[in-house]
Parts: sequence; structure tokens; C-alpha cells
Amino acid sequence: MAESKGNGLQSALRRRLLMGLAGVPAIALMPRMSFAAGPATATVNTTGLAVTDTEVTVGILHSATGTMAISETGSIQAEKLAISQINEAGGVLGRKIKIIQEDGASDWPTFAEKAKKLLVNDHCAAVMGCWTSASRKAALPVFEQYNGLLYYPTFYEGLEQSKNVIYTGQEATQQILESLNWVAKEKGAKTFFFIGSDYIWPRTSNKIARKHIENVLKTKVVGEEYFPLGHTQFNSVINKLKLTKPDVIFTDVVGGSNVAFYKQLKAAGIDLSKQTLLTISVTEDEIDGIGGDNIAGAYSCMKYFQSLKNPNNEKFVAAFHKMWGEKTVIGDVTQAAYLGPFLWKMAVEKAGSFDVDKVAAASAGIEFKEAPEGYVKIHPNHHLWSKTRVAKALPSGQFEVVYESPELIEPNPFPKGYQ
Amino acid sequence: MLGDYSLTDLSSIFVMQGFAGLILFSVYTLMALGLAIIFGQMGVINMAHGEFMILGAYMTYLCSGFFQTHLPALFPAYFFVAMALAFVASGALGMLVEWALIRHLYKRPLDTLLATWGLSLILQQAYRTIFGPREVGVELPSWLIGSVQVTDTIEIPINGMFVMAITLLITAGVALLMYRSRFGAQVRAVVQNRPMAGAVGIDTEKVDRLTFGLGCGIAGIAGSAFTMVGSTGPTSGQLYIVDTFLIVVFGGAASLLGTIASAFSISQTQSTLEFFLSGSTAKVITLLAVVGILMLRPQGLFTLKVRR
Repeated sequence: MAESKGNGLQSALRRRLLMGLAGVPAIALMPRMSFAAGPATATVNTTGLAVTDTEVTVGILHSATGTMAISETGSIQAEKLAISQINEAGGVLGRKIKIIQEDGASDWPTFAEKAKKLLVNDHCAAVMGCWTSASRKAALPVFEQYNGLLYYPTFYEGLEQSKNVIYTGQEATQQILESLNWVAKEKGAKTFFFIGSDYIWPRTSNKIARKHIENVLKTKVVGEEYFPLGHTQFNSVINKLKLTKPDVIFTDVVGGSNVAFYKQLKAAGIDLSKQTLLTISVTEDEIDGIGGDNIAGAYSCMKYFQSLKNPNNEKFVAAFHKMWGEKTVIGDVTQAAYLGPFLWKMAVEKAGSFDVDKVAAASAGIEFKEAPEGYVKIHPNHHLWSKTRVAKALPSGQFEVVYESPELIEPNPFPKGYQ
Repeated sequence: MLGDYSLTDLSSIFVMQGFAGLILFSVYTLMALGLAIIFGQMGVINMAHGEFMILGAYMTYLCSGFFQTHLPALFPAYFFVAMALAFVASGALGMLVEWALIRHLYKRPLDTLLATWGLSLILQQAYRTIFGPREVGVELPSWLIGSVQVTDTIEIPINGMFVMAITLLITAGVALLMYRSRFGAQVRAVVQNRPMAGAVGIDTEKVDRLTFGLGCGIAGIAGSAFTMVGSTGPTSGQLYIVDTFLIVVFGGAASLLGTIASAFSISQTQSTLEFFLSGSTAKVITLLAVVGILMLRPQGLFTLKVRR
């Protein structure tokens, strides 16, 4: 109301201001005419990110050394492939992506330190990175404090949601519930035995699985065992399996323990073609170390397997093999890591800006139809809608998909009744 | 938890559990033997012990690949060649390390801890560069896979028995070498009194080098055998190092018999507890027991009576 009472001088001032403002779009258009590349840097980058007229900087933050290098190498490879493909297709808003890669060295404080370096010194517009929950938890406060954007590829335990993170892997309920339903229906499973490594992801996942088994499926968990990370002797627990004879062995053992567990299971004469074993921690990457013969017949639940038959995936696998060699295998997380750069590119283009706030706001609802796993969509909670699949391990080290959820499963990082 | 099962079920589980304990005992003994020589006899805190084991594992991996492509007919027997090769490779690397690094540090035993820890990092990164960061799968000959069906309900894993046999052989070999041979007498003489041993004409440098090489070589064999039951990756050695030191220290550093006794007690406690409790709890209780006993007997279970 105050404006209507303004005097002549103020109106004149306002008029001139308005004229000036009207000129802004014209200025913004000028570089487009002269460079024919993309919108002017000043308009797409108002927060001082490392964006020039021709380049935008993106960080990659994984462990290239240390224990976790085993797992994280695939993610680095996938992210580099995606970025090179985006660059070949013209980049993001007319700008080529420049990569700055940092090594988290399998050490969680290092992840936080390197994340800070990527955000504060290098002004990365986005960071593809972290793998273990511990590394993500260490880096998360940094991303929130300096308002960075992290694309996190690993399937994980859920119970987290941040404006500054896009979770491209599945959270626990997406991965677990559907496959438990499948094993109950298909194999008539009534009793379950849980074996996991002793840290947050297996414990949370098993908690969700137990609630589902007891409250929804109305069946029984007959044993639940955890072993320290790096544990290599499983003969005692294998004897327990022989004694309790569960219908399903449900495992989330990780790292070197994983290899030891399957080797000893096989040696102890537990035949996985007769004994149903469902795992949420074995992808093609792990089978490389375990050996196809040792795990053949086990069922794994993931959203992606290298053997998926669809044109997107065939193209992806061919490109991956061309860049990183024919022998490299592609696991679930590797594929999820591949999604990150594309999801970021689409969000940037939808927002028309590299600004983290705008990209984060534009992310909900982004659809990626060319994903190797098939159609995916970002949920407002920053996780992905995705299908869950159950596949059987073959002696060749590949998987044969035996079940696929008919619909996309909604991500639900804070599941009610499962905590 | 045992009420619901039949007597035959229970007795066969106890038999299998007994074997599980014996297998764990063999694994622990094999793991600790090399270190018992290096740490126990020479006083060198070798943090790179696990990496010497993994060198043996990688030799086995290379060997299995070579036999598969070039000598498929001999594949069933490749494991013995692999173990010999693992011994030679780890032993040679051990002697090289002794010459380049360790011999300068005999007067500063605590510094060997840092030096060998650095060495372990260097070796890990070397494996990562050469063999790649991913774990490799070692193909086993078919006769080593599976289990022997003793009765309807009792099954014993073959590779477990194989590890037991290897352990028995190597332990006997080491015991003979240390206590019944000229070389063993020289080693013990050098350990007890270096200047005096030198004065009576023992080439102490040579004895040191051979002893260190021997310890590393045995680590190599252990690593080779563990490809059957464990993982082979650049950092897999780290999985063993804590347990290994635990056993050697608990047993009493300078005693071979102590090492064996300690491997036996720790493995039996561990495997029995694992059966009745959960894995993590079993580990905690075992460690607590070890700490408790070491507080009462800081020198370990067995000690040599040496005038210091």
C-alpha cells in the first residue's frame, strides 16, 4: 500500500530501475550470441563455483588406495565414463566438465578433509563420491556446512536425508523387502538365519529384515550372528547352520570376510543349489574375489546386474568395456555411480543454473530414461525410485536375473514400523 | 539352544565343532610360526608379516593361472609347486629386506616396528599397482574342494584337513631345524648372546639373514595355504597381523612350544565361544581373557630361562 502514495521523484527512480532491470536479460543474451556456447557464466553461477565460459569443475572423491580401493575403483571408473560421455555430447549448459579427483584413502577423516578441499579450494559444482556409510557420515557435515552437492552411489542402510546429497543407490527397504517377499513366496521359506559383518549397515539392514520377517511374513529368524570386519574363520557358524537348518541363509558380510565365508561354506559341503542363500552384499565385483564356483547358486538382491538385458545396459556395458578393458566386471554400485553425473547434468539444465540450491531444488522429479538399470526418477527425499531384482550367481561370475519387481519401488529412508 | 535336537545331531555337531577348532588351530599356528621365528628369536617386530603372507598368496594365484593356461594336465598338483614358489619368493624378499633395512636396526628394536610398518604400506601399494586393487580369485584343483562324508551327518572340509597336514609338516620341520640342527644351534646362540656367538666364529650376519628369510618364507607358505580359506587382495595381510602378534606374544615370545600352546588355547576358546555365543562377543571375550592372563604373566605362557 505504501507504494501507491509514492511521490513523483520515487516513481521516476523506480522507472529508471525497471528499465535497467529490463536490460539485464539482453546483457545475458549477448555472450550467448558471441560464444554460442551456453548462458552467461554470471547468470548460471551466482555463488562463486568453479564455472567458466567453457568449463565446469566436478570433484570425484573415492578411495583409490587402502582397503576400500577394492570396491571404490569401479565407482571411479563409472563416473569417469559418464563424464566423458557427457563431454562428448557437448557438456553441461555448453560447458565441458573438468574432473578433480581426490583420494579418500579408505580413511574417514581424510574423506572429510578432501571434501572440504574440493568445496572450499576448488569450488566444485558437484562431487561424485564416498562409498562406505562411515565415509559419507564423515563428509556430510562438510557438504552441509559449505553447501556442496554430493552424489552418493552405494546401497546403504537409510535413516538419512540431506538437501546436499543425492543417493543414487538403494536404501535398505528398497533392497530387502521385495526380495524377502520373493523368497517367502517362491521358496516357501519359513526360517531365516542372519550372518553379517559387525557394523551399522548389516545391523540396520538385518533389523529391517527381521521386522519384515516377523511382522509381515509371520515367519521366524532362527539365528543372527555378527563377525568383526576382517574375520576369516567361519567354521563354527557353519556348524550352527548345519544344526539349525534354516530355509534361508541371509547374509550381509563384507570385504575379505565375504571371500572367506563363501569358500568355507563350500568346503564344509553346504551346497548352494540345495540350500537357499540370499545375500545383499555380493555383486559381480565381489564374485571376482570369491570365485564363481564357490558361490554359484546363491541369490543376490540388487537393483542392477551386469547381465540385464535391455538396450541401455548393452550400450553401457560395451562403453565400459571399451574404456576399462573387457575383463572388468560391473556391479550394482558401479552402475549407480554412473547415474550420478547424468542426474546432476539434468538437474543443472532443468534449473538453468549451477547454483547448488537451485540444482538441489530442481532434482526432485528428474527422470533418467537411459539408465542402464532402466527408468529411474529422483524422489523429493533425494533417493531414487528403482526396481529391485533377485538374481542367481552363475559359475562364470555373472548373475542370472530370476525376479524383477513389477513396479518402481518408492524409496523410504525412514521406514515406519521398521526401526 | 540344544534342547530341540536329537542325540546323533548333537554328537555329530560336536565332532564337526572339534574339527573346526583344530582347523582354526592349524591356521593360527601356520600364521604365527614365521613370526615366532622373526619376533620370537630375533626380536624384530615385523609389521609386514601379513604382506609376506600375501606375497605367497599372489604367487599361488600366478601359479594357478600359469598351470591353467600352459600345463592343464598338471593342474591338480599345482598347489605344491605354488607353495614351494611362495616359500622362495617370500624368503628371498625377506632376505633382501633384512639386508637393506632390518640389519641396520638390530640395536634399535622398537624402530623395526616403524620401519616394517612403512614396508607393509609400500608392499600393499605395490600389490595394488601390480595386481590391481580388486581381490583375485584363486582357482583350486578339484580334489581340494568339498568335504569328506564321515557318517551321514558328519562332514569334514578337505581343505581344512590339508591345512592341518601342512601345518603339522612345517611345524615339525621348524622344530627339527631349530633344535636338532647346526643352523638352529647357531640361531639360538646368536639370539642369546650376539657378541659371544660372533667370537666363537659364527657368521652372525649370515645367520640373521637366513633366519629372517626363513621366517618370511614360512609366512609365504601360510599365505599360499590360506588362498583356500581366505581372501587374496592387496590389504588381506592386514586381516591376519593382529591375531598373529596376539598368538606369539601370548605364547611367550622366544618359545616355539609357547606359540603352539597359545595358538591351541586361543583357537579352542574362540571356536567354542563362537558356537555358543555370537562371533563378535566371542572375539571380545577371547581378547579379554588374553589381556587378563598377560597381566598376570607379562612374559607369556612359556619363557626361556635366559640370563639377561
